[in-house]
Amino acid sequence: MQDSKSVGVVTPQYVQIDKPLQLKSGLSLESYHLVYETYGQLNAARSNAILICHALSGSHHVAGVYAENEKSIGWWDNMVGPGKPIDTNRFFVIGVNNLGGCHGSTGPASIDPRTGKHYGASFPVVTVEDWVEAQAQLAEHLGIEQFAAIVGGSLGGMQAMQWTLDYPESVRHALVIAAAPKLTAQNIAFNDVARQAIMTDQEFYGGNFYAYDTLPRRGLRLARMLGHITYLSDDSMAAKFGRSLRKDELSFGFDVEFEIESYLRYQGDKFADLFDANSYLLMTKALDYFDPAAAYGGDLSAAFRAAKANFLVVSFTSDWRFSPQRSQEIVKALLDNELNVSYAEISSSHGHDSFLMEPSCYHQLVRAYMDNITI
Amino acid sequence: MTNTPAPSTLALRPDFAAIAEWIKPGAKILDLGCGDGSLLRYLRDTRNVFGYGVEIDEANLLKCFRNGINVIQNDLEAGLSSFASDSFDYVILSQTLQAMRHTEGIIQEMLRVGKEGIVSFPNFGNWKNRMQVISGRMPVSETLPYRWYNTPNIHLCTLGDFEELCQQCDARILERKVMSNHYRPVNSLPNLRGMLAFYRFERRT
Repeated sequence: MQDSKSVGVVTPQYVQIDKPLQLKSGLSLESYHLVYETYGQLNAARSNAILICHALSGSHHVAGVYAENEKSIGWWDNMVGPGKPIDTNRFFVIGVNNLGGCHGSTGPASIDPRTGKHYGASFPVVTVEDWVEAQAQLAEHLGIEQFAAIVGGSLGGMQAMQWTLDYPESVRHALVIAAAPKLTAQNIAFNDVARQAIMTDQEFYGGNFYAYDTLPRRGLRLARMLGHITYLSDDSMAAKFGRSLRKDELSFGFDVEFEIESYLRYQGDKFADLFDANSYLLMTKALDYFDPAAAYGGDLSAAFRAAKANFLVVSFTSDWRFSPQRSQEIVKALLDNELNVSYAEISSSHGHDSFLMEPSCYHQLVRAYMDNITI
Repeated sequence: MTNTPAPSTLALRPDFAAIAEWIKPGAKILDLGCGDGSLLRYLRDTRNVFGYGVEIDEANLLKCFRNGINVIQNDLEAGLSSFASDSFDYVILSQTLQAMRHTEGIIQEMLRVGKEGIVSFPNFGNWKNRMQVISGRMPVSETLPYRWYNTPNIHLCTLGDFEELCQQCDARILERKVMSNHYRPVNSLPNLRGMLAFYRFERRT
């Protein structure tokens, strides 16, 4: 599967951070570790670093493959690599798994050093602000004072925005893709149904299923199926599946009949085997809580007064979960603060998932923007 | 961002130079229908302006990115709701007015968002156009290169027509420039001899 533009075989790295992390909830984590990957070389001036922030189900494994599994391609491998829009010949790119995740950074499935048992339900609720704080610790560990750019799609875009507010001197460019300044009631509703699916699964055991050597698979599967529907568009589902049946005739029963049912169940099963249910709860809660304008009486422009970065904001026409209107709200706040900003509304039929694909001139635009970043 | 200036732009586009002469150095600019961004880039390089372009076409957007200017992808027909009132020194509409559906709407939006507006357009009242109409055909010329059936220009006007619209929209005309088809200034009989018209205007208080 490797092509000439892949970063090739990559190896995750770990950093143990013993400086306590004060969380927005008021709780704190005494120590934690983060798993990350890097691609390309940090230059002598340390001016070419790019941080990639992942979305709900992403991880630190942004690009390349693992030696032991050639199918383990990074989630944004089409965007990051030598000669790709985020060019690792030029930039030093960092992917990091967020705190509370389930790909190697400290999370609910980790062992709590205080008890010797899995954190489980006792893992504190983390927010986008907390993630930025933890990422800043990683930056310090790597000796990076200022990022050339911080890039993220969806929940990742929220982290990129939060960086420009919390560390305005540390971000020269922010690429905010398929994001929103806060979730709508409809979005929170979807997240809550997903959480309810997990929490009402009998195998959930109040989040302490590790102790019972089981998984709330059915709940996680339903949560993923629901999420997946909202990441696609009506048009793309119609084009890919339509009303196609797996067999030639109707069976007048409740087994899998339509291709879309089969596809969603497959996606749900795959996800339920790989993802931690508690991490899913945490990630969706971080989405729900993100609202930088809240501290400014709902005035997003006031929230962005602290920001100094240059911005690229990108949305996709068929994305109804994080619609172009939500990106326009971000753009308006940036314009009100006379910040450098460009905004692209990419024609795409793939819904929210468009940001992971290559519709229309999306990759060309990102490439052109990245090429203009001086290092 | 580093971009080498394009010294040939001025020679190629005397209409850009005509607009640039009106722009105070360091001004904040909004360029509506900015195309490939070359006017904004030219103003940035020669007048040290800060600003944004607005463009709907994806191919042009990509060229704007390559030109290293700020550009917002937006449909002008939908108005300028992303932009706050009185937030720009100049709002420019360069050779785009004639292709717009909501002509009055965009002039009003320019007056709302900018302290001054600058509009340029091809003068339909030019004698060459008049001659073609008299001879029974729709005009085709250097500034109106399309045929009647494939033209994007749906709202063509003469100098007199535009000045009447300004009156109607409570826009006070501050300055006017008229150019011949060779981009030379036209002083006498402008509505007959002019090919391109430039207006600088403000909100009448």
